[in-house]
Amino acid sequence: MKLALSIWRQDGPRAKGRMVRYDIDGVSEDSSFLEMLDMLNEQLIEEGEEPVAFDSDCREGICGMCGVVVNGSAHGPERTTTCQLHMRSFKDGDEIVIEPWRADPFPVIKDLVVDRSAFDRIIQAGGFVSVNTGAAPDAHAVPVPKEHADRAFMAAECIGCGACVAACPNGSASLFMGAKITHLGELPQGQPERDARAVAMTEQHDHEGFGGCTNLGECTRACPKGIPLNVISQMNGDVRRAGYGHR
Amino acid sequence: MTDQLIDGLYREGEPIADTKAPDVPVPEMWTRRKFDAALVNPANRRKLDVIIVGTGLAGASAGATLGEAGYNVKSFCYQDSPRRAHSIAAQGGINAAKNYKDDGDSVYRLFYDTEKGGDYRSRETNTYRLAEVSAGIIDQCVAQGVPFAREYGGLLDNRSFGGVQVSRTFYARGQTGQQLLIGAYQALERQIAAGTVQMFARHEMLELVVVDGRARGIIARDLVSGEIETHMADAVVLASGGYGNVFYLSTNAMGSNVTAAWRAHRKGAYFANPCYTQIHPTCIPQSGEHQSKLTLMSESLRNDGRIWVPKNAEDCDKDPRQIPPEDRDYYLERIYPAFGNLVPRDIASRQAKNMCDEGRGVGPEVDGVRRGVYLDFAAAIERMGEEAVRAKYGNLFEMYEQITGDNPYQVPMRIYPAVHYTMGGLWVDYDLEASIPGLFVAGEANFSDHGANRLGASALMQGLADGYFVLPNTIRAYLAKGPFEKVAEDHPDVQDARRSVSDRVERFLSVGGTRSVDSYHKELGKIMWEKCGMERTDAGLREAIEQVRALRQDFWDNVRVLGTADGLNQSLEKAGRVADFLEMGELMCIDALHRRESCGGHFRAESQTEDGEALRHDDEFAYVAAWEWGGDGGTPVLHKEDLTFKAIELKQRSYK
Ligand SMILES: Cc1cc2nc3c(=O)[nH]c(=O)nc-3n(C[C@H](O)[C@H](O)[C@H](O)COP(=O)(O)OP(=O)(O)OC[C@H]3O[C@@H](n4cnc5c(N)ncnc54)[C@H](O)[C@@H]3O)c2cc1C
Ligand code: SF4
Ligand code: FES
Repeated sequence: MKLALSIWRQDGPRAKGRMVRYDIDGVSEDSSFLEMLDMLNEQLIEEGEEPVAFDSDCREGICGMCGVVVNGSAHGPERTTTCQLHMRSFKDGDEIVIEPWRADPFPVIKDLVVDRSAFDRIIQAGGFVSVNTGAAPDAHAVPVPKEHADRAFMAAECIGCGACVAACPNGSASLFMGAKITHLGELPQGQPERDARAVAMTEQHDHEGFGGCTNLGECTRACPKGIPLNVISQMNGDVRRAGYGHR
Repeated sequence: MTDQLIDGLYREGEPIADTKAPDVPVPEMWTRRKFDAALVNPANRRKLDVIIVGTGLAGASAGATLGEAGYNVKSFCYQDSPRRAHSIAAQGGINAAKNYKDDGDSVYRLFYDTEKGGDYRSRETNTYRLAEVSAGIIDQCVAQGVPFAREYGGLLDNRSFGGVQVSRTFYARGQTGQQLLIGAYQALERQIAAGTVQMFARHEMLELVVVDGRARGIIARDLVSGEIETHMADAVVLASGGYGNVFYLSTNAMGSNVTAAWRAHRKGAYFANPCYTQIHPTCIPQSGEHQSKLTLMSESLRNDGRIWVPKNAEDCDKDPRQIPPEDRDYYLERIYPAFGNLVPRDIASRQAKNMCDEGRGVGPEVDGVRRGVYLDFAAAIERMGEEAVRAKYGNLFEMYEQITGDNPYQVPMRIYPAVHYTMGGLWVDYDLEASIPGLFVAGEANFSDHGANRLGASALMQGLADGYFVLPNTIRAYLAKGPFEKVAEDHPDVQDARRSVSDRVERFLSVGGTRSVDSYHKELGKIMWEKCGMERTDAGLREAIEQVRALRQDFWDNVRVLGTADGLNQSLEKAGRVADFLEMGELMCIDALHRRESCGGHFRAESQTEDGEALRHDDEFAYVAAWEWGGDGGTPVLHKEDLTFKAIELKQRSYK
C-alpha cells in the first residue's frame, strides 16, 4: 500500500522540531509499523537524507522500548505496542501522523526518541523488595494465595513503555506507579516496605514533574498490557494508609 | 604453535585447560572453590571498581550482588533502561533442581540432562555447578517478588520442557524472562539508589582496555551525546548476551550484537565454539522481505500441541482442517515415539526443515519453498477444553494472531525453526575468567555450560546462576589481589584504545558509499543461514568464507552512514555492530568447517548415521575449540581444550 507520513523531526534535545512529510509506497500489510519505518529509512538513506530516529529493541511487545504517537494515539489505533502494530490496521492511501511521546519529564532526544529515565528513578525510590542475594528462604516457605498471585502478576505485566503518560492530558505516571505498587503490594514479600514504597515513589513522581491523576482513564485505554485503572486506587489506598500512620 | 596453515585458513596452537576447578570430586568442587577464594575485607571493597557491560539477567544480577557486597560498580547497557535487556523476551521458563514435584529430579539429574542435551560438548565442572546453584535462584527470585505461576494451594507450579521427563521448569505465564529481569533490575535499581552502582544507559562499549596483560577498563560511546568515554576499573565483566543476530533474522532483539565480546577477542580473549548456534523449532514463519526479526513461540507449546505435515505434498495448500487424520504425518511422534513432540530442539528443528525440503511444508512460499509445519491444538482443546488451553497459553495465542492474522483456536498454528541462541562465546575457566586476566564473562556471552545445544529453560538459569552466585564468589578471588595500581587515562594503552574507537567512528562516516548498513547485514544473514545454519557442508562453508570476505571488503568500500558522530546516530551504531558481525561470521564458518562431526546445534551433512541422525566423533572432537585472534589480515589460531568426564559417562545421544 501507499501512505503519506508526517513525521516529527528534531535534530537534538535543544533543536527546534518540525513535521516533515514523506511518501512511501509498496508497504506490505504483514509488516509491523516499525518495519514500515525501516523501509522509509532505507528510502531516505538512498536519497541521502538522514534516517528517522526511533527506539525499539525486542520488536515483540515486551521490552517496552518502542513507542510513538500515531494519529494522536499512543502506540496507534490498536491496543498494543508500536512494534506489534501491523500495517493491516491501515488502508492504502492513509495519511499517518507520527510524533514522539509528549510529556515534560520525557524530553525529546532526537526525532521520535525520548528520555524516559524518570521511570527508573521512580523505581529507585522504592520499587523493589529489599532482599540481598543469598538471604532468601526456601521458595515454598511462604505460600501465596492464588488470587493475590494472579493480581500481582497482572500488575507486573507493565513494560514501562510510557504510553500511559503520553496519553494522559495531565502527563501523570500514576498507572505505571500503581502497577508496580500493586505488584509488590499484593505479595507477602512486599509487605514490610509497602507503606514506605508508596510514599517514596509518589514523592519521586511529583519531583520528576509528572502531573496529578484526575481519573480520566486515558492511560488504561492506551496501555498495551491492559493494566486496569484500579491499580491507581490501590496506590492511593497505600499512600493514605501510610499517611494515617497505619503502624 | 605449528607454522602449518590448515586448510589455508587457520593454525593450531598449544592446547589449553581450565586450571581453576579444584582437584576434588566434581560434586565437592564448588564448595571447595568458594572456600578457597580469598575474601575481601568490606572496607576494601568500596575501593575496588568493577565494570559490568550488560544488564540482562547475567549483568543485572551480578551488578546487584556486587553492589550489595559493597564494591564500586559501573554498569552499562545500550538501551535506554537496564530493564530492557533482551533477557526480557524469554517466554518459557527457568529450570531448577527443586524436585517440588517429587518426580525424581535432583542436582545430578539436572546436570545429566544438561550435559546430554548439549551432546557432551560442555564442560562438566561448570555444568554441575549450574545445577547445584539452580535451586537458590528460585528462592532469590521469589523473595524479590517475582510472580511465578502458583497452584491453588499457594505453592509454586512447574511444567516440563523439551528434552526432559521431569517437571522442573518454573514459569510466569509466557513472560518468565520479563519477570525475572524485572526482579534483577529492581535489585539493581536499589543499589543505584544506595550509591554502590552507577548506571550508564544508552552507552555502548566499543573497546576493551588491556594494560600489562590485564583488563583494566573499557572505551564506551555515550549514544546520546556521541562522546567517547574512558572508564577504568580493577576488573571488567562482560554480560553482553549472544551473537545470534549475525544471521540478521533471528529471535534476538534488534540491538543484540557481538561487539563487546568481539572487541575483547581482538584484544586476546579466546572465542570458544563459535559455530554452535541453536535453532529454535517453534517460531512464526517468515512472511516476506520486509521482515526485521522472527518471533519465537514458547517451546512450552510443544507440551500440548501436536506437530504434523500432510502425508501427501498435494495436500499442502489445502485448509488443514479439511485434511483427515489418516492423511497427516505426525512425524515426531512417528520417528521418536519415546519423546514425541518433546524431542530436543535441534532434532525438532532439523526434522521440520527435512519435511519442508521434501516438499511437504505448509504456508506461504518464500523463495520457492513452503517453510512451515503445523502445530495443532485441536486435540488439546478437545481434551482440556478451550478455557484450559486459554489459561495456559492464551497470551501466546494472542501474539500469534496479532502477527499472522490467524486464530490458532480455529486453525493450527504454523511454525518454522529460527536462530535463537548461541552456545559459543568467550572462553572462560571455572571462575568465569577469560584468557585475559581480570576479564570475566557471564551469561550467554560465555561458552561453558551448554555444549553444542542448549536445553529449554536453561539459559535463564545460567544467566542468573552466573550473576547471583558464581561470579560474585569467583571475582573476589581476583579482586583480593587488588586494588591494582591505578592506570592514568593518558597511559599509552588507554590512548590507543580510545584512538582506535574514534578512528573507526570517523571511518564509518567517511566511506560515503551507496549501500545502507542494513543491506549488508541482510546479505550476511542470508549467507550464514544458508551455509552455516541448520545444516553445514564442507563445500558450503568454504563458499561462505569467500562470500563473507568479499562482503566485508565491499562494506568498507561502499557503506553509506549519514549524519554525524556528535549525537544520537542509529546508523552509526548499526555500522559498528555489522562490521564486527562481518568478522565474526568468518570465524563461525571456519569453526564449523574444522569440526567434521555433527553434534547438537552443529549438523555436518557429511557426518550422519544411515537414518539421517547426527553422528558425533568423540574420539576426534571431544574438545572445546578456543580461537585466538590472529591479527588483522592474519589467520586465527585454534587452541583445543580436551573435555574430560568424571561425573558422567559419555554416551551417544538417543531420543528414540
Ligand atoms: C525470544 C527468546 C526466548 C527465550 N526463551 C528462553 C526461555 O524460555 N528459557 C531460557 O532459559 N532461555 C530463553 N532464552 C535465552 C535467554 O533469554 C538468553 O540466553 C538470556 O536471557 C541471555 O541473558 P544475558 O544476560 O546473557 O544477555 P542479555 O539479556 O541479552 O543482555 C545483554 C546486555 O548486554 C548489553 N550490551 C550488549 N552489548 C553491549 C555493548 N557493546 N555495550 C554496552 N552494553 C551492551 C545489552 O544492553 C544488555 O543489557 C530466550 C531467548 C530469546 C531470544
Ligand atoms: S502502565 Fe501500561 S502504558 Fe504505562 S508504562 Fe506500563 S505498560 Fe506502558
Ligand atoms: S520494541 Fe520492545 S516492546 Fe516494542
